[in-house]
Amino acid sequence: MKFRLASSPHQHIRRDTGQVMRLVILAMIPGVLLQTWFFGWGTVIQIGLAVVTAVVTEAAILELRKRDFERALKDYSAVLTAMLLAVSIPPFAPWWVVVIGTFFAICIVKQLYGGLGFNVFNPAMAAYVMLLVSFPVQMTQWLPPVNLAQYSHNFMDALQAVFTGFSVEGFSLAQLKTGIDGVTMATPLDTVKTSLSQGFTYSETIERPIFDSVIPGLGVASSWISLGYLIGGLYLLKQKVINWHIPTSMLAALFICALIMSLVDSDLYPSSIFHLFNGSIIIGAFFIATDPVSASTTNKGRIIFGAAIGIWVYLIREWGGYPDAIAFAVLIMNMAVPLIDYYTRPRTYGHTSTKRKTKNKAQS
Amino acid sequence: MNEFKELSWQGLWKNNPALVQLLGLCPLLAVTATITNGLGLGLATTLVLIGSNTTVSIIRNWVPSEIRIPIFVMIIAAFVTIVQLLMNAYTFTLYQALGIFIPLIVTNCAIIGRAEAYASKNTIGKSAFDGLMMGLGFTAVLVLLGAMRELLGYGTLFVGANLLLGDWATSLKITVFETDSPFLLAILPPGAFLCMGLIIALKNVLDSHMEQLFAAKTEEKVVQRARVTTES
Repeated sequence: MKFRLASSPHQHIRRDTGQVMRLVILAMIPGVLLQTWFFGWGTVIQIGLAVVTAVVTEAAILELRKRDFERALKDYSAVLTAMLLAVSIPPFAPWWVVVIGTFFAICIVKQLYGGLGFNVFNPAMAAYVMLLVSFPVQMTQWLPPVNLAQYSHNFMDALQAVFTGFSVEGFSLAQLKTGIDGVTMATPLDTVKTSLSQGFTYSETIERPIFDSVIPGLGVASSWISLGYLIGGLYLLKQKVINWHIPTSMLAALFICALIMSLVDSDLYPSSIFHLFNGSIIIGAFFIATDPVSASTTNKGRIIFGAAIGIWVYLIREWGGYPDAIAFAVLIMNMAVPLIDYYTRPRTYGHTSTKRKTKNKAQS
Repeated sequence: MNEFKELSWQGLWKNNPALVQLLGLCPLLAVTATITNGLGLGLATTLVLIGSNTTVSIIRNWVPSEIRIPIFVMIIAAFVTIVQLLMNAYTFTLYQALGIFIPLIVTNCAIIGRAEAYASKNTIGKSAFDGLMMGLGFTAVLVLLGAMRELLGYGTLFVGANLLLGDWATSLKITVFETDSPFLLAILPPGAFLCMGLIIALKNVLDSHMEQLFAAKTEEKVVQRARVTTES
């Protein structure tokens, strides 16, 4: 029998980038399905548009940069970016919104910085912020969940609304936005923000129809969608695609901030449960903040990174101008990543820690 | 004459105050939402540059070097005030649109940079020409940036040109595409940063292309060195 000696490294790669990205896309499916259930086919159409734009842009830019575009397309990172952006966009937003956004994400945020692995910012979130800043009207037209909407809409309605702004029967987006009680509906976070500023208390606000669910303070649709992404996120954790550090510290930080403030004044500050399961916190914690390229790379750094995102989200939600803040928080912390990584470099095996070294120096 | 050619090349391309020296970025990024604004501010800056360069050059032999900077700033401030009053008188709407950025020309590092680096050491004619070329280089970038942002943001070109050039210029306005929802990012300062980055990248690409062209030409010219020592 022959014993073969292979040279180092003896550790083999368990998965290549493409496999990791495909797993993340797979894990997004429950959330996407629930989102489609509550907000109609628009979500699927947006994902389709975004994926096509992303792949075409990626291939074109890689060709321009004289890189091997087939290999880069097979890693599915562009598809994942496109999906993350598409699910953050209102389902009936005009088609050009998602096309401009995806082009920006892939071309400017990712490829101009040097492609996958070199982008400083999370492409999907940078594009989302760009769209939110540029097209505030189109980007805030969330429909009410299907069971609360006055007009139902099917696939053809969604398709036509995305491309022309009107459904097949000729209802405009404003009409489609109308809830069962004939009043235009806002998202849960928006509702709370507005009514708190109008002098209502938090407990009065969550009596509104949009919070018609079993646990008080949860939006009808957003809690289920969050649950879908939570399942996907836990699957990713189990598959060891992502580490526990970022999601845990981020959710914990937000939970603690909200807990403290709601204990201070429960009329003005919504509960922790409200904060965790409304808006995009869960998808943000498991799918967006954990982006291996733009997040911190050391374990201690990941905890700091996640916690800081949680705190930023709370600050911006409570005292900022926008109802939700995942994208802003992630971008702010992306900028801090080099600094965090610098100060949390782990001790190399066999070396003493830097602190001890300085001590020794001081003694000698 | 060669000196003047060199000055033009330096000001317009090789040492462009906006693209290479990256000076005066604050007005550059803040006011270039349209071509008209860019052109207006560019021309104002050019006037100030010519005036300050000439004056600094005239008095260069009498200014003690210890206090030259305050004196230069005072000269620049005087010219900025002149330009500001002129714009207030003749292009009032544009004056209002540019707002604080006209008085802020005083703090434009490109101007004091040229006074310090060139005008305080050279003759009047050359200094004035240097001011003109640097100003034109700056204006060109402002106009280009304004065009990019206006096109992306509003889908038009030369909107409001009549504010600067008189009523006949209203007909200059070109509508490239109609839009109800302007692309706000291009109009806001972050868009200016992005466009600026793209222009700088474009310049670098052109530069490297030109270098290759010149390199290819010089290679062709290489002649066999004549043997000056005999073999053996």
